[in-house]
Amino acid sequence: MSLLTIQDLTVEFPTRRQLFTAVDHASLSVEPGEIHGLVGESGAGKSTIGAAVMGLLERPGRIAGGQIKLGGDQISGIDVEAMRGLRGKKISMIFQDPLTSLNPLFTVREQLVETIQAHLGGSEAEANKRARDLIDRVGIPDPDTRLDQYPHQFSGGMRQRVVIALALCTEPDVIIADEPTTALDVSVQAQILDLIKELAQERQVGVILITHDMGVIADTTDRVTVMYAGKVVESGTTAQVMGQPQHEYTKSLIAAVPRPTLKLHRFPQISYGGRETRFAIEDMARHWPKVDNDTSKPVYEIRNLTKKFLQRRGLLPWDRTYFTAVDDVSFDIQAGEVFGVVGESGSGKSTVARMIAGLYPVDGGTISFQGKLVSDLSDRAVQDEYRKNIQMIFQDPYSSLNPRMRVDEIVAEPIRHHKLMSGTDIKRRVDELLDQVGLGHEAGQKYPHEFSGGQRQRISIARALATQPRFLICDEPTSALDVSIQAQILNILKDLQEHLGLTMLFISHDLPVVRQMCDRVAVMKQGQMVEIQETSDLFANPQTDYARELLRLMPKLDDLSTDGLGEREE
Amino acid sequence: MTDTMETTKSAPKSRLAKFWDSDFAWSFRHSPVAVIASLVVVVLVLAAIFAPLIAPYNPFDPATLNLMNGFTPPGTPNAFTQETFLLGTDDQGRDVFSTILYGLRISLFVGVSAVLLALIIGVILGLIAAYFGGWIETLIMRIADVQLTFPAILVAMLIFGIAKGITPPEYRDEMAIYVLIIAIALSDWVQFARVVRGAALVEKNKEYVQAARLIGRGSFPIMFRHILPNVLSPVLVIATISLALAIIAEATLSFLGVGAPPTQPSLGTLIRIGQGFLFSGEWWILFFPACTLLALALSVNLLGDWLRDALNPKLR
Repeated sequence: MSLLTIQDLTVEFPTRRQLFTAVDHASLSVEPGEIHGLVGESGAGKSTIGAAVMGLLERPGRIAGGQIKLGGDQISGIDVEAMRGLRGKKISMIFQDPLTSLNPLFTVREQLVETIQAHLGGSEAEANKRARDLIDRVGIPDPDTRLDQYPHQFSGGMRQRVVIALALCTEPDVIIADEPTTALDVSVQAQILDLIKELAQERQVGVILITHDMGVIADTTDRVTVMYAGKVVESGTTAQVMGQPQHEYTKSLIAAVPRPTLKLHRFPQISYGGRETRFAIEDMARHWPKVDNDTSKPVYEIRNLTKKFLQRRGLLPWDRTYFTAVDDVSFDIQAGEVFGVVGESGSGKSTVARMIAGLYPVDGGTISFQGKLVSDLSDRAVQDEYRKNIQMIFQDPYSSLNPRMRVDEIVAEPIRHHKLMSGTDIKRRVDELLDQVGLGHEAGQKYPHEFSGGQRQRISIARALATQPRFLICDEPTSALDVSIQAQILNILKDLQEHLGLTMLFISHDLPVVRQMCDRVAVMKQGQMVEIQETSDLFANPQTDYARELLRLMPKLDDLSTDGLGEREE
Repeated sequence: MTDTMETTKSAPKSRLAKFWDSDFAWSFRHSPVAVIASLVVVVLVLAAIFAPLIAPYNPFDPATLNLMNGFTPPGTPNAFTQETFLLGTDDQGRDVFSTILYGLRISLFVGVSAVLLALIIGVILGLIAAYFGGWIETLIMRIADVQLTFPAILVAMLIFGIAKGITPPEYRDEMAIYVLIIAIALSDWVQFARVVRGAALVEKNKEYVQAARLIGRGSFPIMFRHILPNVLSPVLVIATISLALAIIAEATLSFLGVGAPPTQPSLGTLIRIGQGFLFSGEWWILFFPACTLLALALSVNLLGDWLRDALNPKLR
């Protein structure tokens, strides 16, 4: 018999205007020792299922129909007290952010012992022993000392291991892992997923793994359920669903995943739900000032770039300590190319981008743009001219647009600031830009909150293109977006580069995306650039151990269906 | 996502209709406390604005005063003149109802002006502290900290005392109201500065601010065009709650005799005058101004509380 069965579950959120059905007649079941993937884009209702199982639906959400059964006993609709007995004991949860799911004021030992005693009783000595065994089991070295440390003394990956130990300490039947590795680096992600896999096998625990990442699904899960707009669209073994998707939505979702092994000219258009809007690149190219990319000389010459951040303040200079975020980095960017920078979080890749953008002053070294020194921020004349030529697309479309400004004001701001046009010309130009990025000029009258993540990123692009720049910095432009939206935005960026001859600096932690987008790639590690190579060479033949390790950890996605991928370049 | 698209695409609505339909207006309509409190505030504000039209007497015109009318109890005819006063009269024969209306005027004027002044000072200093950081921030926030260690009333009394010392005696009564405003504002700006600084520190690191810097916008356009509109909602809440506090502070100062002069009595002055007669039986001179002050301060406070909840989605 299945450990956990969800039958026809319907979860509703009554709001003042209408009834929102977050989960619509969803069914799935989890067997002992099985990892069941729950995949879908944001808003598909996958986390809501997790919350419903835990009895943690936020008000005013309610289970409007269907059943949740744990080992044959119904657990949906039971009273709060009974649910509290189950929660943590029979069902545990692993959250996305290990920093917020541990209490910073208690040591790891205190948190584990408290949980064990609350649910299993027993003496403190027994609980202590159990806690030590668990910490050892989840692969934290030196458990005796680590147990008495506080959560902030652990790194992100180690912290997530503590959370897993906490989830396991009461011998639950089912664990719900809600995006357990989204906040972690690729290398750590692989270790944590392996650990979850091992433990599920070893203890015969059923795991529901909620994620938006097809790579995680393909590598980790046994069975998978695909959700779209609250409904289960497809479900089956992972190999089957990923290899031969039946439903149109699953097909389009899988087609949108960037592959590490083959480079495509463009991502296939996502047709499901009719959300793709045309990006009028030809229109834009017609009005774009003609540029001939002079390839004899690099656009950017970056020499010995260094950035230090103050780590400890002090009145006296020798009391201060610094953290070197970027350490003696030198590279060139050629005209018309897409230059990628990859690395894990904290490797300094965003800091490099921000120094090139002139947002951070440099602490050492020089940046030259088209032969002119631009790293001296105090030279106003040079800076003004430089800023017309560069623009940036930011990571988080929810914070990169001022929520209190209308969209047309946002897009017009760079034009107004640089006094490139006046009055009615500005309005015409803004309307044009909004039409060209596929939002339509009516969008100008609205505020950013009225748009979805992908649409906001288009507004960002419109703003970035307003001054007709020559150089675009993209700092993780798609990492906050769903995979199908990511494919659209990446296509737009590709078009910009091809048709307008833009040069780009493309920062990402996602190797498959970098492979699709970039001509050359630099790998960064702890502030240093360890390797710079042509993209295809890097993927075929990495020179350094670190690059080899990164490539090894990258999800292979070999089993994914390759239907509808279209034109291939390699 | 799609729902918001649909509602915005349907027939264009007027701004008023849009506002009426917004979550903010909805939560107002569904909060009896907020509706009643705002009704009370509106009635009191209108009464204050139109005091010369509503009030049966002008308490500031000595020509209309009849000392014989002194100490008339509310609703009963005076023993000598047979005149009847709704809320009675004070020792000088002034109609208490009229003095309350005029007192309300002064109380509200002082309260609103003081809060506005405090808001302007606090918001500007808070924004500057958050945006520039470093020693500027340290300086501004330490001044704020030092000021917080003194009770607001004490600071106000100090400023009032200094101002009284430097203004010529013949202008003292005229200046009193403005000195009062400045005194209350200077003791109140700290909380605005702190709240704005806290909110601006968060906003400052958001990507839209970096986008503006990337365009090349200067510090002040970024502070006032980009950051300020995004930190205004907590400011609005603080402003409402401090309005109640400012009115009470004004009343306290006036009660202590360092505020509005008896020739231009505010509610606080009226209460001070009235408390002298409380134990000799003329309770109405104290009671009605005190009730008005209570109703005003309580309503404004409740409105501020509701505003805080309505603007903070986490508390809902």
